[in-house]
Amino acid sequence: MAVSDLDPAVRGSADRSWLERIPAQYWIICVLLLVLPAFANDFVLFQLMGWTFILGMISLSLMFLAGYGGMVSLAQMSIAGMAGYMISVFGDTAITEISQGWPWWVVIPLALLIAMLFATVIGWLAVRTEGIYTIMITLAIAAAFFYFTRQNYEIFNGFTGFNGVLPPRLFGVDWRGPEAFYYLTLFWAAFFYFATIYISRAPFGLALQGVRDNPRRMAALGYNVTAHRVAAYTLSALPAGIGGILLTWQSAQISPGTAGIQAAIDILVIAVIGGLRHPIGAFIGAFIYVLLKTFAIDVLVALGLSGERFQLLIGLGFLIIVFFSPDGLLGLWEKLRASGRKDPLTGQERDET
Amino acid sequence: MSLAEPQIADRLAATATDNALELRGLSKKFGALAALSDIELTVKPGERRAVLGSNGAGKTTLFNCITGDFPATTGSIRFFGEDITAFPPQERIRRGLRRTYQISLLFSGLTVFDNVYLACRGVSRGRFSLIRPRRDDALMQATQELVSLVHLDDAAQKPVADLSYGQQRQLEIAMALAGAPRFILFDEPAAGLSPAERRELIEILTSLPSHVGYIIIEHDMDVALRVSEHVTMMHNGRIFKEGKPAEIEEDPEVQALYLGGDDG
Repeated sequence: MAVSDLDPAVRGSADRSWLERIPAQYWIICVLLLVLPAFANDFVLFQLMGWTFILGMISLSLMFLAGYGGMVSLAQMSIAGMAGYMISVFGDTAITEISQGWPWWVVIPLALLIAMLFATVIGWLAVRTEGIYTIMITLAIAAAFFYFTRQNYEIFNGFTGFNGVLPPRLFGVDWRGPEAFYYLTLFWAAFFYFATIYISRAPFGLALQGVRDNPRRMAALGYNVTAHRVAAYTLSALPAGIGGILLTWQSAQISPGTAGIQAAIDILVIAVIGGLRHPIGAFIGAFIYVLLKTFAIDVLVALGLSGERFQLLIGLGFLIIVFFSPDGLLGLWEKLRASGRKDPLTGQERDET
Repeated sequence: MSLAEPQIADRLAATATDNALELRGLSKKFGALAALSDIELTVKPGERRAVLGSNGAGKTTLFNCITGDFPATTGSIRFFGEDITAFPPQERIRRGLRRTYQISLLFSGLTVFDNVYLACRGVSRGRFSLIRPRRDDALMQATQELVSLVHLDDAAQKPVADLSYGQQRQLEIAMALAGAPRFILFDEPAAGLSPAERRELIEILTSLPSHVGYIIIEHDMDVALRVSEHVTMMHNGRIFKEGKPAEIEEDPEVQALYLGGDDG
């Protein structure tokens, strides 16, 4: 049967403009995000939202590997850190002894390329293992990267790292200005969000999900499973690398702690809180993490507790979400929707009217 | 990918002369257990052969060795004249070998259509493509045709986890027929099927193009003897008897093995 004589209903939906098929919620979120600078203050734009988008992108790279490929990598923050360090080494910073001061259009692609190479090597090492061992080996790489950057003064400038790392003044815009930075991070977050969704239905993404479900069968269908897994790591370096560069610009500095073990675990926490099943989970998780990290101190102080205990609140939140829904908030949302559809008397699903 | 292209002419030339499958001295040990011992088997192109034997006779292990799921301990495997003994599974599959699994090994998180599409994509170019296929893409059409062939049109967009057992078996077959198979290994395709589904299965097998040979493992003698021209009996990891279906059915030793007590 050829595609031309497919069910007319299926063809009809394909002929409809793709714009019409986007649900209303998406439009609302899209418009909200675009007009947010009109009524939000600089702190919300630069700190809260900017940071959310950045952490979301780095978590997205983990969601891509874990959700579609079944590979939980704790080294995604190291890949982001590598990109951040490389723009500092080759670009312009306050550490003039090390920084090369090359133009941005060389530095940024070069930094991304090196991040991709780094990710490929990590992948090549990690894909030989499964499950908990992948977590262990990537954690070991993250730890090694942290200690290496702290002890190496020739390239990574050791304990102090780099400061004065600023984005280029492209088109005469100060990209660290709150509104400009907000739109910059929003653009890349949206770009990688849609790119991930797109790739999930492309041959590479489908094959990656096949590898997740059944690697042995994938080999028996003609796929080189190892190559597919390594390539997924390489691709994951793009959102992680851009995220790392933006993170470095946001704080205008990078130091070993930026990509430390705590940061690596935070990325995992964000991805799990949000849910690994859909790319949006990474951003939901990042938003909640940023809110907690920013306001937990105030909440604790208001309750008469010591402000340093904010990590406790994050940990408790993590525990509660994982306890009630292993799929994160996305899973919780789906559960609620499913139970909302159920008839309270019979427990059967009822048709929505 | 690129590796396969210049060899197509060689492969076609080889098809005419060489045996589809030649196993020489093949054995497989799991620790001290000899699952297969000294298997000698020659299958001509287009030949349809049934492998019979009790549980534990080594039938599925034989398939695993041929496809490379588990590498053989000793011996050699030639596929259309080419020595594939040292090849990883994907290289064997790309040369036109296919198989189905006794216990369905499907991608439970994906839809029926995506499962078949992955099978089609696995033996063609662009396995790493980041571009979504168009609706009128040749592989999408091939996928649609395979889905129709095994009567799964209505379930095409269902996740595999929601399929009935019989539908999963049919999906297995569709995936084995993807691309241009030259030789297929069917591992108990009829197990657990209803009588109607069995008839459909026999119809699919007998309507395969005549150049496509296969080996079928089947406990149901009715199915096995109707879809094969040759029969190989296995027992305790060895080939025990070979012959035409009628000869095997009449053979007193085979009857003793199948009907009498057997140590499996």
